Amino acid sequence: MKRSTRNSILIHAAAGVVSLLILAPFAWMVMASITPQRVLITTPLRWIPEEFDFNRYIQIFSGGAESVGATFRAAMVNSAVVAVGTVTISMVVGILGAYAFARLRFRFRRATLMVFLATYMLPQIALLIPLYLILNSLGLLDTTTGLILVDCALVIPFVLWILSNYFMTIPDELEEAARIDGTTRLGALFWVVLPAARPGIFAAIMFSFLLAWDEFMYALIFTSSDAAKTLPVAISEFAGRYTTDFGLVAAGGILAALPPLIVAIIFQRYVVSGMAAGAVKG
Amino acid sequence: MSVASAERAETSGGRPPQEDGRTPRRRKENQGRLAFWLLLPAGVAVFGVILYPIFRTLVISFFEVTSALATDTPFIGIDNYVHVLTSASFRESMGRTLYFTIVSTALELTFGLIVAALLNAKLRARWLFRAIVVIPWAIPTIVNAAMWKGIFNAQYGSLNAVLAQLGIINEYQAWLGDPATALNMVILADVWKTTPLVAFFLLAGLTSIPSELYEAAKLDRARWPRIFRSVVLPMLVPSISIVLVLRTVEAFKVFDIIYAMTRGGPANGTQTVAYYAYTTAFSDQDFGVGSALSYIIVVVILALSAIYLRLLRRSEMSLL
Repeated sequence: MKRSTRNSILIHAAAGVVSLLILAPFAWMVMASITPQRVLITTPLRWIPEEFDFNRYIQIFSGGAESVGATFRAAMVNSAVVAVGTVTISMVVGILGAYAFARLRFRFRRATLMVFLATYMLPQIALLIPLYLILNSLGLLDTTTGLILVDCALVIPFVLWILSNYFMTIPDELEEAARIDGTTRLGALFWVVLPAARPGIFAAIMFSFLLAWDEFMYALIFTSSDAAKTLPVAISEFAGRYTTDFGLVAAGGILAALPPLIVAIIFQRYVVSGMAAGAVKG
Repeated sequence: MSVASAERAETSGGRPPQEDGRTPRRRKENQGRLAFWLLLPAGVAVFGVILYPIFRTLVISFFEVTSALATDTPFIGIDNYVHVLTSASFRESMGRTLYFTIVSTALELTFGLIVAALLNAKLRARWLFRAIVVIPWAIPTIVNAAMWKGIFNAQYGSLNAVLAQLGIINEYQAWLGDPATALNMVILADVWKTTPLVAFFLLAGLTSIPSELYEAAKLDRARWPRIFRSVVLPMLVPSISIVLVLRTVEAFKVFDIIYAMTRGGPANGTQTVAYYAYTTAFSDQDFGVGSALSYIIVVVILALSAIYLRLLRRSEMSLL
């Protein structure tokens, strides 16, 4: 009894330390974004300023055309369009493919899955030059459509992997019962397999959203203006241009991190059960 | 549909036979056709984008292409590869990449195991802890890089402030100003961001360990180190192997955090192979050499993965 209480205290203390290590850097960035510039550069550093300065957020949200704010807001919209488009296409295409891998017996099934997964090993740099020329000739350079197209190729293998592993854990009997009642394969996929695979689906949505939101190299090379520039590119330009005002970079960074943070915190409880199946079967 | 009727006729006879040769030919073909149509969209979306570029980059790597608009591009065989493999800067960037890969993967795996164990432990506010742990994973790499660049800043960085106020250092340091420390600082930033992802992968493996195993071990009065070594670790081998492969591949391709934190500097101290390939192709406009470089990266990653997969298979054998 006594030993277990001691263990429990140790575990809670360790969890506290880990939480602190995770939260401290982020908390400082949040604080820096609302600390006046002159306070931010004083030595010794004053951790919590006497007055807060929300100007940077105002600048980002209400700056007129040609300002930092306008670029940032355009990038926010572009990132949202690219992420939602990529996730939607990848999920639809991925669900169909994953069902085939998990439920159908066909020749070269394992080999086909391996080929999809092996694409993950290709560094993006190995595709950049020809992709640039292709997108250019299709008129898709500096468009969100072009980015969605190339991002899907990155995300789909992941979705296939997570979902096919999860689909395999759903008992065959469920689907067979439905098919005896006269439902087709696709009908069974939509009415039986998908509802039962909810944790796996949510895990896949979260993964693909984070991947698409985070994608940097393609966006860096294939976009050049507010028409398609995504947040990672905008932030890295920010950081390059406003080296003296870390607070502005921090404010932009926090706003850029908010959507994935919200998605991750909402979906994280599905991730463990959604991946549990995936990680074990591999 | 013939597919559906064939399926129905078959399922009414009990469980479908596995791939054992006795499967009725018609059914197999129908499943194959359905699988083809179901996989076609994924195949088009993935290979439609990458197939031609892979091939094209291979071709470019055998030519001298020194400008985006070059009209005179002579075939030079393997000269680009020879040039890369004999250059000192390639060897140095390869060394740095290996260092980055080994150190960051090892740290992420170690801390990931600890965090996974904590995520799996009986905690009071478990949901809160899980929500906190997921934060670094969700923060975009570029934002993470900008954040740590601020933390390590020589003038206003909070690392200097903490260490100075604790009396550990007397003078503010330029953490990203020295080639040797800069790479370690980038690794630190990468570990902070990626450990949660690793932890969640390992947690998925941990939760699949049946509780009977722990209870049996406790009945045998096994201590924690022993339980970890004899029960947890063997059961985690598949998850650990997957994480190892994923992280190694990803670390070897590292580009965006380097770009955002140091641009390969100072004095090329953080220039990894992917970044080197990027500057060769896009800053120096040497597309031939850049393509050869990226193919060398592909070959190294394939080799690493093959070694891992072999080890994984062997470790699975040893479990049986």
